[in-house]
Amino acid sequence: MRLLTHNLLSSHVRGVGPRGFPLRLQATEVRINPVEFNPDFIARMIPKVEWAALLEAADTLHLIEVPKEPIQGYEHNEEFLRKMHHVLLEVEVLEGTLQCPESGRLFPITRGIPNMLLSDEETET
Amino acid sequence: MASRGRRPELRGPPELYYDKNEARKYVRNSRMIDVQTKMAERAVELLCVPEDKPCYVLDIGCGTGLSGDYLSDEGHYWVGIDISPAMLDEALDRDTQGDVILGDMGQGIPFKPGTFDACISISAVQWLCNANKKSDIPAKRLYRFFSSLYSVLVRGGRAVLQLYPENSEQLELITTQATRAGFTGGVVVDYPNSAKAKKFYLCLFSGPSTSIPEGLSEDTEEEKPAESTFTAKRIPYRIARRGVVRKSREWVLEKKARRRRQGKEVRPDTQYTGRKRKPRF
Repeated sequence: MRLLTHNLLSSHVRGVGPRGFPLRLQATEVRINPVEFNPDFIARMIPKVEWAALLEAADTLHLIEVPKEPIQGYEHNEEFLRKMHHVLLEVEVLEGTLQCPESGRLFPITRGIPNMLLSDEETET
Repeated sequence: MASRGRRPELRGPPELYYDKNEARKYVRNSRMIDVQTKMAERAVELLCVPEDKPCYVLDIGCGTGLSGDYLSDEGHYWVGIDISPAMLDEALDRDTQGDVILGDMGQGIPFKPGTFDACISISAVQWLCNANKKSDIPAKRLYRFFSSLYSVLVRGGRAVLQLYPENSEQLELITTQATRAGFTGGVVVDYPNSAKAKKFYLCLFSGPSTSIPEGLSEDTEEEKPAESTFTAKRIPYRIARRGVVRKSREWVLEKKARRRRQGKEVRPDTQYTGRKRKPRF
């Protein structure tokens, strides 16, 4: 699971609603995977990124060189975009857990796949 | 893929149907791969995303990532969600470029609002129509799915869902829930006259209403349907006749005018036309 996906995932446990975000990440196994750089896509995803959550996740994974905030004119700043590309798309969490901030429910991550299945009582109707 | 006997959806829940054996079929069988890829191609075509613009796409029921691979080939980035661990294991082995999540679409899509530019689904949504646990109510699960999908799409985002509805009631159930969730759109049917090639694509738009594309058909010179088109030419005349009382002077004059319009021979109108006669008549 890449950090971009983690940044956009939200808990859908019953009663949680908009407070189900961001999911707290704990990782025991991480892998770096090279991915082709596409500046258009990164530039378009920057507005959707939640920076506090991204910084917290990057901190947990002990990543270096993470931009603290979007800089002015980021669409044309290739260095900034490359750094964001590395953080968002090239870092993969293979084993770990995601925790819902409101309900405390843990979603395990195995082999890079987060398990978001809910039980009957937890499902919103 | 529909099997020879009963529909797979009637045999049990999808997480049990799509076991290791079935998952292997999706990876090894070239015909299966071909069909799934073609449907993914058509779904992306119906999405009408602008060219050369990489999008963030949700793939519902991504399975082994066949449709996801097509999305990657087109330069898009995607996230897949599927309920079967066996299928997702195969997706891992195939080293897909998108992330996959183990989840049940009937419980809702666990993403922030406005995450995805578009969504596709190949042969998955019909699984929501069958209740596999006593606590399942298909209409509720469908509504939960569609309302959460509406939320995770950006405003004006599109979803194209290829599915195999069992009958027209099932299709109507699905479209009703989609409309309740706020979607507009319609169903595109490809090759409606062929039993095997017929495919249903539910095209949903989360923004203002746009026209849906035409379905593919075998005969390229499409004849217009055999019904005549409606024109309102005769309505003024009908209204002219509605107000008059039968057998009155106006009625007689209107009738004579009508017959003149029809080209028949009519006596000229005089002061005696439609005159009240003595009760003797």
